[in-house]
Amino acid sequence: MFRPGRPLLLHDRAGTWFLAVLALVALVVPLLNQVLSASSPLHMSQYGVTLIGKYLCYGMLALAIDLIWGYCGILSLGHAAFFAIGGYAMGMYLMREIGPRGVYGNPVLPDFMVFLNWKSLPWFWYGFNHFLFAMAMVVAVPALLAWIFGWFAFRSRVTGVYFSIITQALTYALMLAFFRNNMGFGGNNGFTDFKDILGFDLHSDGTHVVLLVLTAIALAASYLACLAIVESRAGRVIRAIRDAESRSRFLGYPVESFKLWLFVFSAVIAGIAGALYVPQIGIINPSEFAPINSIEAVIWVAVGGRGTLYGATAGAVLVNYGKTYLTGAFPEVWLYVLGALFVLVTLLLPRGIAGLIPARIKEAKRTAGGTPKMDRADIKAEAIGSNESPS
Amino acid sequence: MLRDKRLYLEDLTVSFDGSKALNGLTLYVEPGELLCVIGPNGAGKTTMMDVITGKTRPDYGTAWFGSDIDLLKLSEAEIVAAGIARKFQRPTVFEQLTVFENLEMASAGCRSFLKTLRARLTAAEKERIEEVLEIIGLSGHRWALGRVLAHGQKQWLEIGMLLMQNPELLLVDEPVAGMTPAEIERTAELLLSLEGEHSIVVVEHDMSFVRSIARRVVVLHEGRVIADGDMDKVQRDPRVIEVYLGV
Repeated sequence: MFRPGRPLLLHDRAGTWFLAVLALVALVVPLLNQVLSASSPLHMSQYGVTLIGKYLCYGMLALAIDLIWGYCGILSLGHAAFFAIGGYAMGMYLMREIGPRGVYGNPVLPDFMVFLNWKSLPWFWYGFNHFLFAMAMVVAVPALLAWIFGWFAFRSRVTGVYFSIITQALTYALMLAFFRNNMGFGGNNGFTDFKDILGFDLHSDGTHVVLLVLTAIALAASYLACLAIVESRAGRVIRAIRDAESRSRFLGYPVESFKLWLFVFSAVIAGIAGALYVPQIGIINPSEFAPINSIEAVIWVAVGGRGTLYGATAGAVLVNYGKTYLTGAFPEVWLYVLGALFVLVTLLLPRGIAGLIPARIKEAKRTAGGTPKMDRADIKAEAIGSNESPS
Repeated sequence: MLRDKRLYLEDLTVSFDGSKALNGLTLYVEPGELLCVIGPNGAGKTTMMDVITGKTRPDYGTAWFGSDIDLLKLSEAEIVAAGIARKFQRPTVFEQLTVFENLEMASAGCRSFLKTLRARLTAAEKERIEEVLEIIGLSGHRWALGRVLAHGQKQWLEIGMLLMQNPELLLVDEPVAGMTPAEIERTAELLLSLEGEHSIVVVEHDMSFVRSIARRVVVLHEGRVIADGDMDKVQRDPRVIEVYLGV
């Protein structure tokens, strides 16, 4: 049970390991890139740094999905939409940051607007020349969309597979909208050719190393925030809703409001992950909204292990590492591997990779709320394992 | 009229499609009393519970909770808040939460997301949970998950969840259906231990169970009370014999 001021990680050993590995990555990658000379065999190229940064962004997206799916049973198949929106908000800042250095040299209009013969900046581009404004939008726009969407969906008691389907529709609709040139987001091509962020050159190794470290920090902070939620009494209500929604309502808990808060918070994490992704990758376009992206993200969580938080992140990193390797070595087999992975994990490892970790490592004995007679870790491991319903 | 009883049901009449589920039912429940309601199928036992909890509105009659609360004017949620708790037949506990956490969920107090996010288990809440664990006999299982409990233990846990809200009136629907003899015995002890603290109305088919707990038994038939008194008196009542044995 979470108490403010009490060290939260005391009973979460696997989580502590997770944060330790994250800290190690944030320390070692900069060393390998910055300190070792380019001729050293251990030197890490900018490509390597960016790749790891990308994995960490995906890890954050997986974390966001696990929070709502693993703990509240809300299976969103459109979460990549929030990731993409966060990315677009960052992209708009980066486009305006280019200024007169664009191909057409227009100090205000991004290149694609000049190309489309637009005379002035659309109203929704105002303010994006300020970094802080753009960062506020990275949080606010996904939150607002999640709030509106969730308000209608949860109030109408749309649950289970129906919810999953409409989230697919949401991301698909956004993809089609962003493909249109008239939307004012660069259409098909999206945004690219970024020059710098806050004056730091986006082509330099140093900037990429800093972005990677920032991503690691954001991931760790998100992890701790999610942990604080799921370990609080609200977290227990959320699990209660997952297991017996009408019973929770009967006890007087406003189920819709709990779902909405959680969904909005999850969307915000996904948005921040997207915003960190774009400057590292250097491009954002409507394909990020593709329904398959959201489904892939759900597979990461299933592979890593639902309802553990760190498992979801680990799943994202491992599956994407596999993707990087296989799409390079055997490009034609990747999708088969992904499909087979999902089937095998569902059948053989319902608790994902995290389910392989022995319970005693996963969690130290708790002492809060009375002295446990049984090892709570075993109970919890069992609890996660038994939750095998698909939604 | 005297207003010193816990529950006043007077002249309640409920019709469904022309047939009367309740037909002028009048019944009083004393404070702290353990009352058993029996009767053949269709006698109106469940409809009576539904009227008390606000699920069904009567066509006629009055239902007062104490001297000042008119149950017919309250919503279901308001009736719960007023202190009437109902235990349904099928146990529903939170399977993935521990027994302790199940009781914590049920404890009176904050219900909103932001409040529960910051909520800490207060000493008073913890004490009440311990108390209820003791009453329902699950102290030794406090860290067990809801789903590993036996059927009887789930029923007790659910009664415990109702007790967390300190209800003045507890309505219990067929608590021993599907229980083993040992569990039935334990349930009888549990309900008897609550007598005095809470008014309890138990609807039950199992006659030996009713005999083991009841001080006062009310027999319903065709929507009205046909006998009221201790078990021996009720069993000797010719109308009860007729209804149950069809003599």
